[in-house]
Amino acid sequence: MQSFAMPSRRRFLEGTAGLAGLAATSAWPSRKARAQGLTVGFIYVGPKDDFGYNQAHAEGAAAVKAMAGVTVVEEENVAETVDVQQTMESMINFDGASLLFPTSFGYFDPHILGVAPRYPDLRFQHCGGLWSEGVHPANVGSYFGYIGMGQYLNGVAAGHATRTKRLGFVAAKPIPQVLLNINAFLLGARSVDPEITCQVVFTGEWSLAVKEAEATNALADQGADVVTCHVDGPKVVLETAARRNCFICGYHADQTALAPEKYLTGAEWNWATVYTAMVETTLAGGTIDNFVRGGLAEGFIKMSPLGPAVPDAGRKQFEATRDAMLAGDFPLLQGPLADNAGNPIVAAGEALLETDVALESMDYLVEGVLGSTS
Amino acid sequence: MSETDLGLWAVPLAILAGAIRVSTPFLFVSLGECLTERSGRINLGLEGTLVFGAMAGYAVAYESGSAWAGVGAAALAGIVFGYVHGLLCSLPKVNDIAIGIALMILGMGLAFFFGKSYVQPVAPNLPAIGLGWWSESPQVRSALQVNALFFIGAIAALGLWWMFKSTRVGLVIRVVGDSSDAARATGLRPNRVRVLSTAAGGAFAGIGGAYLSLYYPGSWNEGISSGQGLMAVALVIFARWNPILCFWAALLFGGAGALGPALQSVGISQGYYLFYAAPYVLTLLVLIATSSPNRAMTGAPGELSITK
Repeated sequence: MQSFAMPSRRRFLEGTAGLAGLAATSAWPSRKARAQGLTVGFIYVGPKDDFGYNQAHAEGAAAVKAMAGVTVVEEENVAETVDVQQTMESMINFDGASLLFPTSFGYFDPHILGVAPRYPDLRFQHCGGLWSEGVHPANVGSYFGYIGMGQYLNGVAAGHATRTKRLGFVAAKPIPQVLLNINAFLLGARSVDPEITCQVVFTGEWSLAVKEAEATNALADQGADVVTCHVDGPKVVLETAARRNCFICGYHADQTALAPEKYLTGAEWNWATVYTAMVETTLAGGTIDNFVRGGLAEGFIKMSPLGPAVPDAGRKQFEATRDAMLAGDFPLLQGPLADNAGNPIVAAGEALLETDVALESMDYLVEGVLGSTS
Repeated sequence: MSETDLGLWAVPLAILAGAIRVSTPFLFVSLGECLTERSGRINLGLEGTLVFGAMAGYAVAYESGSAWAGVGAAALAGIVFGYVHGLLCSLPKVNDIAIGIALMILGMGLAFFFGKSYVQPVAPNLPAIGLGWWSESPQVRSALQVNALFFIGAIAALGLWWMFKSTRVGLVIRVVGDSSDAARATGLRPNRVRVLSTAAGGAFAGIGGAYLSLYYPGSWNEGISSGQGLMAVALVIFARWNPILCFWAALLFGGAGALGPALQSVGISQGYYLFYAAPYVLTLLVLIATSSPNRAMTGAPGELSITK
């Protein structure tokens, strides 16, 4: 809808600049000649102040902007279509960007993978993609945080707050990271009480306000009394849930202010740490690792302060679990574990750690989650 | 909290609740468009008016602390947009559809621009009237939380129907909409009538936007409208330019939209993308069922550029 209605400013400039370039081809400075210092481009799929996913990235970009010798260019509301390829091309060719952060999951394949080979001396850092050596270009890097661990901690708080033993999860699309968050949320709650179930409703899009509100109401109608979500802007879901007298767990950013009495805790990104470190590496002439992951211990994610509705027992278990995560090697999936269709995932006595790459191609919902991935 | 398990009964209840909650913006925009089109103009820009109304309503409600002041501001903004559309289209050889699209983009752009700083603040919401006091079930009570704007919309639909049918103003609008020449012959000034009708139609769309940001879902962000303004234009054709039918069409659309989440929440989760298409499939089916190979567009005003 937005991409149809709003030709971006950049695209417009691109078009008119192309005309001007025809008139004075030689006067147009080349990319290398203009690139003094480092220009970093950030691309967001939604508005950068959505109180959620994009805002978390934009806050990271703001930290980069404050660094000396760095210019930041940003574009928001860029669809996961050929639009993002055009945005990348124009950031490279018109702004002289040599380090790009296209932040949405759907930008990776085929868009970044299509553009990156044409600019082998530039660097493309994608959030959440599963980069693998030999398959993907060497100038593409992937970074992500173990935000699922944050949802696990949300689940611990939720497990202590729920009375109906039924949790609700409003999810956008059934991609691996969303499924991991749903599963982690339930497993965290089940570490408190194995009777707890979690109902999931998929809305099908990253940002659809009315449908998110409808989904939240449907969950509350079915008796869910703690609700969290994985959509771009959690405000609508959390406000609607609080109005329905549910407790809420935040996502992406600290949303305590929306309903202080109902807010249990929240899983937040901390991209400023990650982005400034990557830009420092580039400024120092180094190369960023192609596959960067981190969790609570590395400062990639953080938790919102616990709300007043979390009982003391919950507070203790929350802190104990968090300390275990900080110590490293936290077993997220512990066997024996089956998916919600009964197929075994982890055998008895085995476990998948938070750092296991296999978790990033998750395509199942664990037992206890009510819902389906298709 | 006395939670009762509703089981599959949750689905019809959710459809009813969705019809009441989701239909109001459709209702207001389609009433506004109905009024405009009856005067012989199409305003495709109501999507932009809706989004701008949502932003203006939220911003004014937040700054003033009164949700009703926000509704007033949204209506005023809608009048301005409608008036601009009406005036521009009164110039010779100006196409109303093109102006509408331009104003849609302008409205959305202005709303995003001015709305940046209102994404995070929490504005007061419009009050709801609880009609579920008789029920023990929290689900039923929540479903019957009906916003005052819903009743205002229903009354407006009746009022417009009565106005078209039996008042002088309604007759004037209909004459202008059916034939400019006939209107001029009776001494009416078609352009003036159309400008006023478009401005009033804009006010309806603005209020529809205020409902989105001030009641349901009840917050301002750039994704607040999922095309309600555009769908409402289609609803007017669907409702054959009849305000009463606009009301039913809006209810139908709201209820069908609630089907997807409700089915998932009771465990019917396979193929939810198909359920989400329900409102559109329904529209197609009704249009096919009510179409006729012999006569075109019953009730369409004669001066509309799409029917000429």
